[in-house]
Amino acid sequence: MICFSVACRGVLLLIKLVDVHKDYVSGSAVVHALSEVHLTIKRGEIFGVIGHSGAGKSTLLRCVNLLERPSSGRVIVGDVDLMMLGEKELQQRRQKIGMIFQHFNLLTTATVRDNIALPLKTSTLSKVQVRERVTELLELVGLSAHEHKYPSQLSGGQKQRVGIARALANHPDVLLCDEATSALDPQTTEAILALLKDINAKLGITILLITHEMHVIRAICDRVAVMDSGRIIEQGDVLNVFLNPQHDTTKDFVSQVADVLDTDRLALHPQGRIIRLTYRGNMAYEPVLFDTVRSTTASFVILQGTVSRMKDTPYGQLIVELRGERAETDRIIAELRWHGLDVSIVQ
Amino acid sequence: MSSFFQDIRWDQIIKATKETLMMMGMSLLLTIVIGLILGIILFLTSGGQMLHNKWIYRLLSLVVNILRSVPFVILILVLLPVSKFIMGTSIGVPGAIPPLVIAAAPFFARLVEASLREVDRGVIEAAAAMGLSKWMIVWHVILREARTGLLAGVTITTITLVSYTAMSGVIGGGGLGDLAIRYGFQRFQLDVLIVTVALLVIMVQLLQMAGDALVRRLSRK
Repeated sequence: MICFSVACRGVLLLIKLVDVHKDYVSGSAVVHALSEVHLTIKRGEIFGVIGHSGAGKSTLLRCVNLLERPSSGRVIVGDVDLMMLGEKELQQRRQKIGMIFQHFNLLTTATVRDNIALPLKTSTLSKVQVRERVTELLELVGLSAHEHKYPSQLSGGQKQRVGIARALANHPDVLLCDEATSALDPQTTEAILALLKDINAKLGITILLITHEMHVIRAICDRVAVMDSGRIIEQGDVLNVFLNPQHDTTKDFVSQVADVLDTDRLALHPQGRIIRLTYRGNMAYEPVLFDTVRSTTASFVILQGTVSRMKDTPYGQLIVELRGERAETDRIIAELRWHGLDVSIVQ
Repeated sequence: MSSFFQDIRWDQIIKATKETLMMMGMSLLLTIVIGLILGIILFLTSGGQMLHNKWIYRLLSLVVNILRSVPFVILILVLLPVSKFIMGTSIGVPGAIPPLVIAAAPFFARLVEASLREVDRGVIEAAAAMGLSKWMIVWHVILREARTGLLAGVTITTITLVSYTAMSGVIGGGGLGDLAIRYGFQRFQLDVLIVTVALLVIMVQLLQMAGDALVRRLSRK
């Protein structure tokens, strides 16, 4: 595809928050809901923001489409600074930013079909075109059989599917998800997450979601930011953040879905050297450690370990005690690194 | 028993019924239009809403409260010159319309405000997020979602109007209530009193039943 420079500018970056602050004044007290938030989201990725309730993630999400106007900072979506737009222009821009909600926020007085058609009121489509578009969307989210039902006749998962179809009606390039699965049971959550992942892959829509559940991040996100009291305290590739959580809040979240390997409570008198091995990708399924150690006279003991999958990436992390000559363990470590494993020496 | 009702002039009853229905119908139409607009403005300018404006809200609220606190009979008399100016006459059925509307519209406006407040804020937020204009949000989302509450408000307002029309006899507005006072009470014609009151009761009953039926039909909760 030929790209001209103007069209290509900002192809990689879709959302950019620059030094965003949001303060609420209640009486004489000022609450800093957001402080110094910098965030860049790439086109086509699924970006998760995780935090406890009250951490400011919901405010952050609402700043991206200016449902909440930041006290200061810049909110750039595509190549437009939303803060500079007038009311009409902002409304037009919002049509390209879909949003779904924890409590679905559907019209109770409208059928599934009419709910999905609501955002198309802003479009110039004819009645026939609207009907065709809604039919397409119904198929996409798998609700064709329920088009004439009212929201009160639907299950939670079905309601969220209506919400997703409605959010996609105007072909947005971003989908904002406000705790979209928090009101759903585990199975339904899986199905909705699968649908979001599918939409991201099929339609190339960038997804920014907020959640307080680590398994949501783990299931579909590429990158993650961790929030605490209005600040982003950690961000990066999900796997990196997951394997090397730096802050206590992050460690808390990680421990929701996996054992955090805890080197503080290992054997008190190890006979050898304790190392931490991290491997990602298909290497998790290769006998690298065994093969490497076998070629020496050393031996090893696995003290702790986990092997799992993050979105589509398998990964493993082991804490291993190597027993043998110093020179040989040195060689093993070098060789493991040569294979691409991340090795850190604990003791 | 048949002799008890023999003195009733049914032509008068029919005429009075027509007058009551006329006053109610015309003033209801105007009340709905004015009260709806007023109620929407009250709602939109109240705290935390789309057009939040403390001063407009307080001013409108004050006017509404004043109009609602003046007894209707007094309102009729105070508004005599206004009716004359608007309708060309301050008496009869036309003369009764302005005071009826001015009394009922603020009442209906409060009912509108209350039912719009019942609309889920999340749905309004969703509509704003999808880029609908404020006017579209009011029309396609807020009024639509509040429709059963609004309809219940219309029913209540209509019935209030029926009882207000009874007092329009003061300015010769006629109607069933007037007939009941003049013949039934002042001339001790118990039969007329019974028939007119019975007709009013039936009228209110039918209106309430119709209103409830419509609400049931439109309810999707």
